[in-house]
Amino acid sequence: MTLELKQIARTVGAEVWIHPTDLVLEPGRFNILLGTTLAGKTTLMTLMAGLEKPSRGRIFFNGRDVTGEKVQKRNVSMVYQQFINYPNFTVFENIASPLRVARLPEAEIRARVGRIAELLRITPMLDRLPGELSGGQQQRCAMARALVKDSDLILLDEPLANLDFKLREELREELPRLFAERDRVIVYATTEPTEALLLGGHTATMHEGRVSDFGPTERVYRQPKDLITARVFSEPPLNTAPIRIGNGECDFAGSVRWPAPEALGDGEYTLGLRPHHISPIRKDEADVAIESTIKVAEIAGSESIVHFIAFGEHWISQEHGVHPFDPGQRTVMHADMRRAFYFHSDGRLALAPASTAGGEPEAREIA
Amino acid sequence: MARITLENLRHSYSASPSGAEDWALKEINLEWQDGGAYALLGPSGCGKTTLLNIISGLLRPSAGRVLFDGEDVTPLPPEKRQIAQVFQFPVVYDTMSVFDNLAFPLRNRGVAEDAVQARVREIAEMTDLAAMLDQRAAGLTADGKQKISLGRGLVREDVNAILFDEPLTVIDPHLKFQLRSKLKELHHRVPKTMIYVTHDQTEALTFADQVVVMNMGEVVQTGTPEELFERPRHTFVGHFIGSPGMNVIPCTVEGGRALVEGTAFETANPLPPGTPEGVFEIGIRPEFLRLAESGVPATLNSVADAGRFRIADVTCLGHRLKLLVPEGREIPATDLRLAFDPAHTWLYRDGWLAGREETP
Amino acid sequence: MNKTVNQKAWLFVLPVLVLVAFNAIIPLMTVVNYSVQETFGNNVFFWSGLRWFEDILRSERFHASLTRQAIFTGSILLIEVPLGVLIALAMPRKGIWVSVCLVLMAMPLLIPWNVVGAMWNIFALPNIGLLGKALNAMGFDYNYTRQVGDAWFTLILMDVWHWTSLVVLLAYAGLVSIPDAYYQAAKIDGASRWAIFRYIQLPKMKRVLTIAILLRFMDSFNIYTEPVVLTGGGPGNATTLLSIDLVKIALGQFDLGPAAAMSLIYFLIILLLSWIFYTVMTRNEEG
Repeated sequence: MTLELKQIARTVGAEVWIHPTDLVLEPGRFNILLGTTLAGKTTLMTLMAGLEKPSRGRIFFNGRDVTGEKVQKRNVSMVYQQFINYPNFTVFENIASPLRVARLPEAEIRARVGRIAELLRITPMLDRLPGELSGGQQQRCAMARALVKDSDLILLDEPLANLDFKLREELREELPRLFAERDRVIVYATTEPTEALLLGGHTATMHEGRVSDFGPTERVYRQPKDLITARVFSEPPLNTAPIRIGNGECDFAGSVRWPAPEALGDGEYTLGLRPHHISPIRKDEADVAIESTIKVAEIAGSESIVHFIAFGEHWISQEHGVHPFDPGQRTVMHADMRRAFYFHSDGRLALAPASTAGGEPEAREIA
Repeated sequence: MARITLENLRHSYSASPSGAEDWALKEINLEWQDGGAYALLGPSGCGKTTLLNIISGLLRPSAGRVLFDGEDVTPLPPEKRQIAQVFQFPVVYDTMSVFDNLAFPLRNRGVAEDAVQARVREIAEMTDLAAMLDQRAAGLTADGKQKISLGRGLVREDVNAILFDEPLTVIDPHLKFQLRSKLKELHHRVPKTMIYVTHDQTEALTFADQVVVMNMGEVVQTGTPEELFERPRHTFVGHFIGSPGMNVIPCTVEGGRALVEGTAFETANPLPPGTPEGVFEIGIRPEFLRLAESGVPATLNSVADAGRFRIADVTCLGHRLKLLVPEGREIPATDLRLAFDPAHTWLYRDGWLAGREETP
Repeated sequence: MNKTVNQKAWLFVLPVLVLVAFNAIIPLMTVVNYSVQETFGNNVFFWSGLRWFEDILRSERFHASLTRQAIFTGSILLIEVPLGVLIALAMPRKGIWVSVCLVLMAMPLLIPWNVVGAMWNIFALPNIGLLGKALNAMGFDYNYTRQVGDAWFTLILMDVWHWTSLVVLLAYAGLVSIPDAYYQAAKIDGASRWAIFRYIQLPKMKRVLTIAILLRFMDSFNIYTEPVVLTGGGPGNATTLLSIDLVKIALGQFDLGPAAAMSLIYFLIILLLSWIFYTVMTRNEEG
């Protein structure tokens, strides 16, 4: 099973909600839509489900054109951010409801609901009403209903967003296991880069109704196609600054200089540096010192998030350990420029640090 | 501004509480300094919102006292306590302009109009609302409305404390980060006592100087974010704070040493002689478990990439453990060896850090 | 935002369209026809242009009944809306009394209109009615069939009794939808009872009150059954409201042309006032 979008677009009145988009979504893995609220994730999902008709373009399921075909005929499941269950049905009846619609024999319904409840660990709650469950259990119930009916396409729209922090962590860990080895297309929308990374699979980064990049999650994170993708895929936000390369040197604000990567020609670039690659402590000979003024330091127990101004740019550092600072304090931050991204002035990626799965980073050019 | 003292606070929502489950708050004793930033952290239903409502005066405790600067305010209604509160869902006066919203608490108290003007503009500047003072409050986005709620608390010079009840719930995730650091920045500029209730450890730890961790109506630990991370007094704190949470492994104790399946572990808190029997566990955070040349053998189950680091899920001495591997470190597929940092390996007895007072 | 275009849906609307055509559009067209024609019976019609409209707009009789109508509608709105809001504010928000109050409030709304008229007709009779007798016993010279003031008093009292509940129920629905946090915030901000009403309750009730006022305006402007049963438009023409007058012209005198012109003017007045009212009330919705 494969879901293919060809030049799908949606305009509402004069507003473009989704710009023409091509995507091929494969089964058996997470296809993640990553972007801020209003980036177009939900709209794209409703187009995939057939809840809305695209203004143009075609949708193929397994090579068959399903554009305009009704949702009821498409065998789709959807899980929403709000835990949507039938309030006066027990958990069992909630999960069984799609099977009852399909008029399956009672014995098979019992077997399938039992199996899925076991998988989602809600067997002890089957006789209760959704109102008597915790948020996490309610969402498990909603997910069980989506999973039980063997749909070809399962859409999960920020399913963990309304859950407590710890519950989110727990369910996030279980999700890949639940959806593994199933021959169906799974689409998962999230606003959180870390969630996308931990779920793995493939990620499509979305911004203002466009898919800016799509590929294996780790590749999109480590070698984003452009500046927008890198920004969408960074939490805390990516530090950026305009720089100039000339005479073999990078120059930031006429004050900070470091050797330019060999692969880059002279000219204007945008520097992109993830917050954990700039630190209040000097860790390496090659680190580049940057004069900074502290805005505020947040100490989170195991790490510190320091907001500071570096030559007019609002930057953020994320570092292990406790590093207290007073607002307005002058200090020197140390940037690991070997881990920096360089973008052309039109936003295309010029250079990404080599994959850092192991060993020392070394610069590598992207086509 | 005030020092806040909570004395033997107990609360039950049922009229005649019988069992322990009937108590939403079991026995709370806390002392908060004037001008501090505090957080109440815990899972839903732990009693943190009940406690907040008791402080604000919306709820009268079943027993115990609330003192502001040593003065008993327990019987006082909210409006007499000089506190401000920012709610989960933004509360703004829809028909008023942003300016009138901010001026509302001052005008209600009969402050002279020129003083109102000056104070509102000052606060609007701080909360980034200066450009929208003439707009209708109803038209603002959720984060703008939360800034108004906060601003209404800040305008009053006489405010004893500002209370926050999960204020970032309805804020867009990418704006949460900004608003969170804004709060921190404001606390530096206006050092009023601030109390922040949340289930989100990141919010609590980044905002507060002192975090109160609650579970099932009890305070489990009070401490700086660093203390909670480095030295959790209860396995619940170890689990609840940190992502992923602390690894907890059942063990036995022989001659003062912790033994897991026959392997001895050195812990940071040696067990004093004469400690009574109990259920013993050792706890170590994923941050302090390292891959090493030699150490306890383990097998690798899976690896999740979080960007900055990877989370390795391993089985060691028959128990599932997690460890963080920094970016750039290789994870061998076979023959893993784990090193336990003895300075961060803790021994727990019946859930509590062994060898210490068992009450928080 | 998530609208699905489905042409088949029109099929479901078709029966309603047919019904509306028979009930409203065809009669309306007939009325328009009559309003520009003159007849002397025997189904013979002559073109008369806009003469009937001119006549009606100039006639003192129409002016008088329009004025009476405006006074009636204005009075009941001025009484029912504030009274309804006050009762809604006084109603309990929690507990068993909520349903008791709601049932009590709904009761007058369940009574058929002609029965309401008949009830009050008897209730207010000075010789045998409970109200009439009580008032007279208290020393008031009360007789609604003879004295103009008393007739108006009874008419308005009847409408207030019948319809205030509608305003109460709508206002109450608006009130209970306000989250507790608003009241808590207002208390903390030191707001007075009046400020809470002015800045929280009233703005939150605005939408439902708009609907309530609009419904009460249109209904009271059209009112026929109850006053006819109660006073029959009298004494004299003292309580002859627009609709009563219209029926007198059309069926009493059988002046089809003027009656048709009058009903069209009547219709346009309601439409125009409703539109102005709605626009004013919803003007500040956005922004």
